[in-house]
Amino acid sequence: MNRPVDGGTAPVGLEVHGLSVSFDGVPVLAGVDLTVAPGELVVLLGPSGCGKSTLLRTVAGLEQPVAGGVWWDGVDLARVPTHERGFGLVFQDHALFGHRDVAGNVDFGLRVAGMPSDQRAQRVARALALVGLDGFGGRRVDTLSGGEAQRVALARSLAAAPRLLMLDEPLGSLDRSLRERLTAELGTLLRRLGLAALHVTHDHDEAFALADRIAVMGGGRIDRIGTPDEVWADPGTVHAARCLGHENLVVLDADGGCALGRLGSGSGTVLVRADCLSVAPVSGGVDAIVASVSRRAGRLVATVVVGDLSVRFPLADGHDAGVGSTLRPGDRVDLVVAAGAVVRLVD
Amino acid sequence: MTRVGRQLTAASCVAVPAVFLAVFFLYPVGSILARGLGADGLSRLVDLPGRSSFRSVAWFTVWQAVVSTVLTVVVALPGAHLLARRRFRGRSLLRAAATVPFVLPTVVVGGAFLALFERLGLADGPLRLTRTAGAILAAHVFFNVAVVLRTVGTFWEGLDPRATEAARVLGASPVQAFRWVTWPRLWPAVAAASSIVFLFCFTSFGVVLVLGGPARATLETEVWRHAVFRGDLASATALAIVQMAAVVAMVVVTNRLQRRRAVGQRVVRRAMVPRASGGLLAGNLALLVVVLGLPIAVLVERSLTRGRAGGRWGGLTLDHYAALADRVTLLPVSALEALGNSLVFAVVAAGLAVLVGGLASVVVVHGRSAVSRAFDLGMMLPLGASAVTVGFGMLIALDEPPLDLRSSRWLVPVAHALVGVPFVMRIVVPTLRGIDVRLREAAAVLGAAPARVRREIDLPIAARALAVGAGFSFAVSLGEFGATSFLPRHPDRLTAPLALFRLLSQPGDALRGQAMALAVLLMVATALSVLAIEGWGRRGSVRGDL
Repeated sequence: MNRPVDGGTAPVGLEVHGLSVSFDGVPVLAGVDLTVAPGELVVLLGPSGCGKSTLLRTVAGLEQPVAGGVWWDGVDLARVPTHERGFGLVFQDHALFGHRDVAGNVDFGLRVAGMPSDQRAQRVARALALVGLDGFGGRRVDTLSGGEAQRVALARSLAAAPRLLMLDEPLGSLDRSLRERLTAELGTLLRRLGLAALHVTHDHDEAFALADRIAVMGGGRIDRIGTPDEVWADPGTVHAARCLGHENLVVLDADGGCALGRLGSGSGTVLVRADCLSVAPVSGGVDAIVASVSRRAGRLVATVVVGDLSVRFPLADGHDAGVGSTLRPGDRVDLVVAAGAVVRLVD
Repeated sequence: MTRVGRQLTAASCVAVPAVFLAVFFLYPVGSILARGLGADGLSRLVDLPGRSSFRSVAWFTVWQAVVSTVLTVVVALPGAHLLARRRFRGRSLLRAAATVPFVLPTVVVGGAFLALFERLGLADGPLRLTRTAGAILAAHVFFNVAVVLRTVGTFWEGLDPRATEAARVLGASPVQAFRWVTWPRLWPAVAAASSIVFLFCFTSFGVVLVLGGPARATLETEVWRHAVFRGDLASATALAIVQMAAVVAMVVVTNRLQRRRAVGQRVVRRAMVPRASGGLLAGNLALLVVVLGLPIAVLVERSLTRGRAGGRWGGLTLDHYAALADRVTLLPVSALEALGNSLVFAVVAAGLAVLVGGLASVVVVHGRSAVSRAFDLGMMLPLGASAVTVGFGMLIALDEPPLDLRSSRWLVPVAHALVGVPFVMRIVVPTLRGIDVRLREAAAVLGAAPARVRREIDLPIAARALAVGAGFSFAVSLGEFGATSFLPRHPDRLTAPLALFRLLSQPGDALRGQAMALAVLLMVATALSVLAIEGWGRRGSVRGDL
């Protein structure tokens, strides 16, 4: 058994082993293993209902596991109640205390810890400055915009100096442009503070922007965990590939063939990496027809059809544009599949 | 806290409200039932339907309640539409002002209508309204317009306006859109509000007594007349049982309708509300101002002027207010002293209601489900039962050992608190339930132990709700007339509404002027306590409505 030895003092951070949680007998987490080292930012990525929020809540002690457990620096937390764990949790829709002003919210963790008021005022001011809300202390929380409320929730958790900061889709309710801006700010801030952090999202762009490691969750387990480059290059499962934003998933026949040619041996699903696809400047490739060309996040993306298959990939664009920028729907092109493009996936 | 300490706390949470309810409500009501359904009482009860006097009283009770309800809805619906769907200057003022009549003491409203009829020359002569059914109907509409405005208005505001807009885009006229799209969704709220109004009118006491006179008696006033005036407790008991049975049946129906309403409610707010057009606004406001404003205006005016002798204007005067400090033969103490009694009783009643209602709310929200449900239902009973049931029960149950409380003046605030407790709970329970569980979780994650979470999260939020409940209990106690009028008379427990009733019962300019001055003071005190505390309390996360 790889369960850590109780009572250790080595700074190993968070360890979750074999963690299972059920609601009314329905399993929500089924044997999750996960570690977060000090200073590391791990992002849990998965669709809604995959159990990622439950994982956070169980780590915080708000849900009780039916099996497995949570350790911090080798100490079993099974009998440590929520308020003694010293973890921070930023809730999805903030859960700000409406009967206190902004300072009263940020102050809360310090007050229950019994810190003298002059020190508290300093810490509150510093926490508000960290999130860019200097001078907001006296504001009532119901006058805050969504982005401001989010920052106050973050400041409230940071002020209490948690050992581990957990964020449960903290940016989920914000509009896209604000979300992207705050994602960048959050990443910079967490790295500067060097906090161990566990961040939950369903947005793969957010995950790639923030993570030291990404853990892709599905059906109450962790499908794949690794650095962003590792999981992108080899997602492991079909579910993980979809969560990470891969689009070109191809089902092979019994001989490993498909409209693009023979991509493997035997049936199954493979991923054709979009960054390995291109349009040949001269002939020499697979015959394909352009279905559409559009911009996504500023980059030109082509969807081409080969037989019964449709694949999508980015085109070169701008000053070094090749044939890509002149493509129109209906054009016949030659599709080139570079070596290493095909990655096997497990269903 | 130790385990034993926690259990003691939990036990007292349950025990205090349970004992209070048992001694001051269940035991008295049980006494009525025991008396009325015993061998003697039962034969009296069986006799009742054969008596023509009973049949005419029962008939009048029902029809005045039906007509009052219909009139109230007709008067209030356009105003509810205005408040829910149109934007205009003074909208929030109108909303607040429209709720004032509802909290006014019944005797004050009776006095206001007496003054109004006298001013309009309708007190006697061919167009006499005083001591007619018409007077009672008018006062009931005045009282209950607020109920419909508030419940239907709020529901209407919450209805998604896009369905109606879609109907209009598809070619429906405003009337068709209302008929086919708005009304089908709105009517459960109208039905629920109507059933409440019907219940209020059915159990109306002070208004009927002041405006109806002996010829216009309802079940409620008959119980009082038999018990207090004629000392015929057997007849009063039989009537009280009929009354209780009718009320229980109506409460069951009301709850059914309420549940339907709750299912249909889906709150949609939108930023842009169209401006009201001038004609619509003017017409509606004029109606509401006449119905709601005129009686109050005349009341105030009458308290400040001498009666008109020979059609001449008597001139402004503060004499009536000054006379409140004088003794008059009708009253054992001065009207001002009665007002003082009322204020003291109201403070005690509000305190009791907050204590009992607060503890009961904690049990309802956090107790085991069976106990919680029992409390939720049990503590609401005094609200459903009429004030007359409460007062009459106390009269016959608490006047002999082991519980001889006749000699205690504090029986008055206890009776008032009984009516106040449901008000407190109706505000505190939804507020406690409405506390987002994640606030508690957030506090725990930030390091607060469970006891600390209750102190830091639950208590500050509940405190505001308790204060609002206290304000309502205070106002209810100040104006309470029905239950108090049954409690044994004693100079040191004469309340302002009782004094006002006695002043109104005699003609004469000086007495009438004093009555109006006392009514104005009572009105100002009740309205201020409700409006002030409501305005303050609503700013927090206080939920619930009466």
